[in-house]
Amino acid sequence: MAGERYHDRVVAWLTAFAVAWSILGMLAGVYVAAELVWPTIDFGREWLSYGRLRTLHTNGVIFGFGVSALMGTAFYSVQRTCHVPLFAPRLAWFCALAWQVGVLAGGISLLAGWNGGKEYAELEWPFDIAIAVVWVCFAIVFFGTIGKRRIKPIYVSNWFYGGLIIVIAMLHIVNSLAMPVTLSKSYSLFAGAQDAIVQWWYGHNAVGFLLTGGFLGMLYYFLPKHAGRPIWSYRLSIVAFWAFTYSYIWAGPHHLHYNAVPEWVQSLGMVMSLVLLAPSWATLVNGVMTVAGAWEKLRTDPALKFIVLSLAFYGLATFEGPMMSIKSVNVVSHFTDWTIGHVHSGALGWNAMITFGAFYFLVPRLVGASLYSVRLANIHFWLALAGTMLYVLAMWGAGVSQGLLWLSLDEIGELSFSFKDIMASMAPYYALRFVAGLIFLSGALLMAFNLAMTGKGRRTVAASPPAAESSRS
Amino acid sequence: MNAVDLHRKLERNSGLLIFGILLVSAIGGLVQVLPSVLQDDLVTPGPSTAPYGPVELTGRDLYIREGCSTCHSQQVRPLLAEVKRYGPYSKAGESAYDRPFLWGSKRTGPDLHRIGGKYTDLWQRMHLLDPRSLVPDSIMPGYPWLAERAADADGSIQSKMRALRRLGHPYTDADIEAAPAALAGLREVDALVAYLQALRAPDREASP
Repeated sequence: MAGERYHDRVVAWLTAFAVAWSILGMLAGVYVAAELVWPTIDFGREWLSYGRLRTLHTNGVIFGFGVSALMGTAFYSVQRTCHVPLFAPRLAWFCALAWQVGVLAGGISLLAGWNGGKEYAELEWPFDIAIAVVWVCFAIVFFGTIGKRRIKPIYVSNWFYGGLIIVIAMLHIVNSLAMPVTLSKSYSLFAGAQDAIVQWWYGHNAVGFLLTGGFLGMLYYFLPKHAGRPIWSYRLSIVAFWAFTYSYIWAGPHHLHYNAVPEWVQSLGMVMSLVLLAPSWATLVNGVMTVAGAWEKLRTDPALKFIVLSLAFYGLATFEGPMMSIKSVNVVSHFTDWTIGHVHSGALGWNAMITFGAFYFLVPRLVGASLYSVRLANIHFWLALAGTMLYVLAMWGAGVSQGLLWLSLDEIGELSFSFKDIMASMAPYYALRFVAGLIFLSGALLMAFNLAMTGKGRRTVAASPPAAESSRS
Repeated sequence: MNAVDLHRKLERNSGLLIFGILLVSAIGGLVQVLPSVLQDDLVTPGPSTAPYGPVELTGRDLYIREGCSTCHSQQVRPLLAEVKRYGPYSKAGESAYDRPFLWGSKRTGPDLHRIGGKYTDLWQRMHLLDPRSLVPDSIMPGYPWLAERAADADGSIQSKMRALRRLGHPYTDADIEAAPAALAGLREVDALVAYLQALRAPDREASP
């Protein structure tokens, strides 16, 4: 069909929004890290208070940065892997913009103290409904595009993006069921132990299908594109996808070890978390083998460096997770900063880095100019690596010592240390973590500058027509 | 037909793919989460567990608003060191009226499930408003604004209790009728202190 063009403007805007949210979300993160070192820097202001700002940090990076990046890259790759422009492009614009308005308004509501109280699902019921509506529109655009595709097989990346859309919808709707009281307050339909089980079914799988599965969609598209090599094993990607989709859902109760939920639920959660290691590492092997043979590109291409490093952190985090789900390890790690370290080795090392890699690839192509500065991108790479390593090491140190000191008993069976003393001994780790966050954030600022300058230097290029480039790498 | 041929069908039909993902991802929830949600004894209140009174309920909602569960758990695990440090371990029935549950996932500060009665009301009040006046090394934020506002500033306590009654909490008409009077004159900090003081292990005497 003549005159058809890929809809890339919406992708460009989603990329810009994602970069903006990454800066704002990480800034909130660095600020709350500083509050744990200097607790009075909230200056007695409600909206700067740790309990509210930390919630803004998690929601800002997951829903602002993460989802905008996933939506943008999904819209970009689904057109190219299906050789057709987006289905219902106006609806795609609606998704993109409504999501930003929702994250902004939702963020303000969190600072105002509207908090549903469930981790990673804090937004109150009006936002829950809005999220569900936008998500359904996202599904219509995505699956609509797949529905009118010109190549028969649906490419692997789209299975993962599809899994993200379907499973997150299911989790979000069930976990958000609540009885509204006022505009800013509702009570969960589930109570106590049942609420805990539903919440961690949601919470763990928001990590699973959004932060892992969604970003694996990104990996399966951008890694082969970048490396200029096809996915190493098609069969392995099939097995890994279905095993991942099946087993992740069961793993939530490892967040409730030794809590007041049935023993069988905890044990099943642990066993399935260990099972999860297989599909996680199958994907790791597939990714590494895809890059193998293109190693020389690592020297010249900062974007590929980010993607390869993200794969390493993906491997680390998906190994650490199952280990932490073992009850005898969890007894030490639960409730400690080890969990925070684990989350950040995934969030900084895997999610943020693969997104940075994808953006360094994407933005020059979207604006039709070459990257403003490869040198700055390389500096960003080293800042991101240093920041992540320092963060994870500081939190390992803090978490393991907390866990062991809390449990420590002296020779007559009394507690060896008071909680207060253990808490006070965390100061150097928390200071290091603050520095680590600053380093990572400064790298992200360099990226924002680099991408903005790349955008400024753009030539007016005609958008590429469908099928102008091969999709199956 | 081998597995790869079977998969060729699946990956060429988007409807089948959507259905497949939904089915495969739903199994875990159906086998593991649904039975728990249908298991009544997980939310059967213990003999000394009663629904929160209007003051404690208001305090609990403030605890949620300020994100206290970001740093404080309410879940004593059945481990020797935890029972020694905090008190009797937490049981499911104690959370029967908790919407949402507030077990938490992080202890930047200590567990609070057995905090009730360990300190006086005055200590809790001063500690909430300015933690470092009592614990110099503390990294907890102060909450001075809690002393400035009326506990039920938006007058929503009766709607809250009615909403909870619809969810099965046994509030009587008289309970709901009397709620605004119970909160009259209280500041937010008073309600939050009342909630913290109510966080206690179930009464041994009341247990069968």
